[in-house]
Amino acid sequence: MSEMKKIKNLKEFSTSADRFEGANLLCPGCAHSIIVREVLNATNDDLILSASTGCLEVCTAVYPYTSWDASWIHIGFENGSTAVAGAESMYKALKTKGRLKQPDRKPKFVSFAGDGASYDIGFQWISGCMERGHTMMHVVLDNEVYANTGGQRSSSTPIGSSATTSPAGRKSYGEKKNKKDMVSIMASHGIPYAAQVSPNKWKDMVKKIQHGLSVEGPSFINAISACTTEWKFDPKDTMAITDLATDSLVFPLYEIIDGHELNITYRPKNIVPVEEYLAAQGRFKHLFKDEYKYLIKEWQERVDAKWAQLQRREEARV
Amino acid sequence: MAFDKMELRDIEVWDGNFAAAQALRQCQIDVVAAYPITPSTPIVEGYAKFLADGYVEGEFVMVESEHAAMSGCIGAAAAGGRVATATSSQGFALMVETLYQASGMRLPIVLNVVNRALAAPLNVNGDHSDMYLGRDSGWIQLDAYNPQEAYDLNFIAFKVAEDHDVRLPCMVHQDGFMTSHTAQGVKTLTDDQGYGFVGEFQPMNDMLDLDHPVTHGVQTEEDWHFEHKARQHRDLMLNVTPKIQAAFDAFEKLSGRKYNMVEKYEMEDADVAVVCMGTSVETAREVALEMRKEGIKAGVVGIRVYRPFPFMEIADALKNVKAIGALDRSSPNGAAGMLFNELAGALFNTDTKALLSGYVYGLGGRDLTKAHLRDLYKELQSNVDAGKVTTQLQQFIGVRGPKLAFL
Repeated sequence: MSEMKKIKNLKEFSTSADRFEGANLLCPGCAHSIIVREVLNATNDDLILSASTGCLEVCTAVYPYTSWDASWIHIGFENGSTAVAGAESMYKALKTKGRLKQPDRKPKFVSFAGDGASYDIGFQWISGCMERGHTMMHVVLDNEVYANTGGQRSSSTPIGSSATTSPAGRKSYGEKKNKKDMVSIMASHGIPYAAQVSPNKWKDMVKKIQHGLSVEGPSFINAISACTTEWKFDPKDTMAITDLATDSLVFPLYEIIDGHELNITYRPKNIVPVEEYLAAQGRFKHLFKDEYKYLIKEWQERVDAKWAQLQRREEARV
Repeated sequence: MAFDKMELRDIEVWDGNFAAAQALRQCQIDVVAAYPITPSTPIVEGYAKFLADGYVEGEFVMVESEHAAMSGCIGAAAAGGRVATATSSQGFALMVETLYQASGMRLPIVLNVVNRALAAPLNVNGDHSDMYLGRDSGWIQLDAYNPQEAYDLNFIAFKVAEDHDVRLPCMVHQDGFMTSHTAQGVKTLTDDQGYGFVGEFQPMNDMLDLDHPVTHGVQTEEDWHFEHKARQHRDLMLNVTPKIQAAFDAFEKLSGRKYNMVEKYEMEDADVAVVCMGTSVETAREVALEMRKEGIKAGVVGIRVYRPFPFMEIADALKNVKAIGALDRSSPNGAAGMLFNELAGALFNTDTKALLSGYVYGLGGRDLTKAHLRDLYKELQSNVDAGKVTTQLQQFIGVRGPKLAFL
């Protein structure tokens, strides 16, 4: 039986035993470590973890040090999900054969990867893991850019963002493509649980992580991870930026159960204009020039349309 | 045990693929993660059928690519258990990134590689291009010349790879179609003998030991990367060969079948020798006997352990010959040929005065005929008679069009 924590308040949550150490090389203000701690702190179960190549990996396992007090593996950029799937398969095999060293304990299998390693290069591997039904969770630390290699666009990079391979310039407003809807794609595999989470809404996040870890079969979590370096904001503002993302509905929080049952899990009391979210980040600075202001209007329309669509799906239960 | 043993006849008629699948069954693999590709597919199909019929226990994970197959094997091996898979050609090429990761992480995975050409142009038949592609990947590589050896060498592979003083993955190679799809008599081990030889898997740094968390696959930059790679090479150069020899000896005791780092045939008094791999070794052996009837003292050296390359054993096997033909079944693409180069490296600075020439043959499954080898031996003999290499150093044999020769 899965052992999930009962957490009353943030203080209790933040002071519970860490299996991810604060001693790591992530940037000050990076949301990755906040998300990882929230995921790991959601359960008391044993954990078998992986990270795909990226900021989290290069900053937490530099030989001879490790920030991980749970078994952890990194293979490459694209295959962190499959690494955990392989470990989960070995767990099942050894369970069948009666060779587990601690047969009474049931570890949880979780892979962490950035949006580059999930939306792009690792897409096929994750899809394979979801389709095959491994009992594992894949968590995307979605900072909407290849941050570890210096800010190149990924298929999660939103329109109008200035990335190093889609820079804003005299004749360009930056990224031209809309962000890939990864949660829908993963939910379409018919997996038991898929959700978007945000570290500022920690109770919502813990609930979703606990739901995902309690199901038999795969779960997929897309976590917004504000990147102080590439989004260009002051490191102290990580949570403020994240609040703007959830409260402007640029990053709506919802879950999809069994591929069809959609529930919106957070409805902001006061919806913030998208413009405020964009204005708080250097990567969208150029959009406030007169010639690009139409893009801000389009942004708002896109966010409104997505929110309406989510509500329709929630009502229709399809 | 919740699975059934299988009663085998002393000699079964198996092709190389089925022989390998039977060896995997007898070794009782915990996790097989695999993806189909010609001509290795029947190995994992065979394994899947054994599972479906209740002759093995464990997890068979049918993944979505060869890259994922090896990735899953790496995760499973790090978790702590016996792991194997099979592939060929393009699938092997797709796996290459993960091959380096598996060996660098010191995970004892066994990979059956049914050798096949690499595109383009696309070709499903046997040559050694994929085997050569793996030669710097840090794996142990064993080469089978026939189905019997494909069977036997799988037991050797697990025995060596899983040894705690080795902890390196191991490939077992066999020639696509010529071995993999050619049925021959294969002398079997009983299930108890086979499993008894490899023994129960002994985990090390296993992720599933929940009381002892481990970190696998760390980052090392200029401060530590070189030391890790150097240690891996040192272990390949110093530790692996004695372990392979010990496994060969133990296997001989069990089965009566003797294996060597290099397989010498009629080399006692040979003047001219062919050095080759795979099924060609057996063809060359037949031709060597025929040449001896015609007065040419011909011999054959087959490479059994391809990595770590048996430099000393090669030099010793060839120390008395006067001319050597190195046969490469892979396009050298602008170089002299892998075997040619390795032999030159093994023999240089030794006392040998042997004349070394290289031959490129059999690409994409083109036959190497006895007639080709007869001509080749005669050519080596004429080099001996002339006291120098009378041809160009590198020649293509069996290719259509004007004769191709270089260097």
